[in-house]
Amino acid sequence: MSEALKFHFTVDGEDFTSAGKASVQVKKNLRQLGLPPEIIRRVSIAMYEGEINMVIHAGGGEADVAVTEDCVEIFLHDSGPGIKDIDRAMQEGYSTASDSIRSLGFGAGMGLPNMKRYTDYMDIKSTVGKGTDITMKVML
Amino acid sequence: MTVNELLNHGFNAVSLPEPEREITGVYIGDLLSWVMGRAKASDAWITIMSNENILAVAALADTACIITAEHVEISDSVKNTAELKGINILSFDGSAYDAAVKLHGLI
Ligand SMILES: Nc1ncnc2c1ncn2[C@@H]1O[C@H](COP(=O)(O)OP(=O)(O)O)[C@@H](O)[C@H]1O
Ligand SMILES: [Mg+2]
Repeated sequence: MSEALKFHFTVDGEDFTSAGKASVQVKKNLRQLGLPPEIIRRVSIAMYEGEINMVIHAGGGEADVAVTEDCVEIFLHDSGPGIKDIDRAMQEGYSTASDSIRSLGFGAGMGLPNMKRYTDYMDIKSTVGKGTDITMKVML
Repeated sequence: MTVNELLNHGFNAVSLPEPEREITGVYIGDLLSWVMGRAKASDAWITIMSNENILAVAALADTACIITAEHVEISDSVKNTAELKGINILSFDGSAYDAAVKLHGLI
């Protein structure tokens, strides 16, 4: 297999209750492909955090997942407000989430650090007022 | 032990689509990112959170069941979605600590 397998999702920024839908679907797809459970778990965690961030911080976005011979690649794109200070956003515990979001259990400031921790490669490109692109890779 | 075996020990079924799931550990937490990152597959996850987002977290972290402590109510809509998505939920009429102590004696 040299062609990458690709999945595309639109992440709805309005609907909190269905947040995580794309990640749950990716998990199912990777299971069907027979990938090792630990790889699936890492991809699931990283993608969920990214998906939730697009919902709570950026009004939704797009998610693309590609499975190649040597890695699972997750690409997230949104046209939200962007991240002013990426180094700061990457710190554990840093969050700009509102109290109502926090009351749902989000806003621990652990999302970006989790994405970094559970992937082998992570790159954030963000422009204030334009949006954020995040690429992550989990090596097989 | 399996999830449905907890029913004889003060845990009540809210949603039990996968009664035979084996429980091998316990994680307690309400901040979803911590649960995502730290709970292990097949843990019983004790929480006081009850909104629908706990279902995606349980599915992705692959926990054996969600246990809501402190008399937390689960809405019918969350209960129905849990049944559809294969997520076990039990409720416990005590604190998270009491639930964990009980589980410690059982698993
Ligand atoms: N896609 C995004 N668009 C805009 N801001 C973001 C995005 N993702 C993260 N951020 C910013 O980075 C901060 C830290 O993110 P994260 O570690 O996931 O914590 P949390 O989501 O719990 O606030 C967020 O509070 C937010 O300010
Ligand atoms: Mg986050």
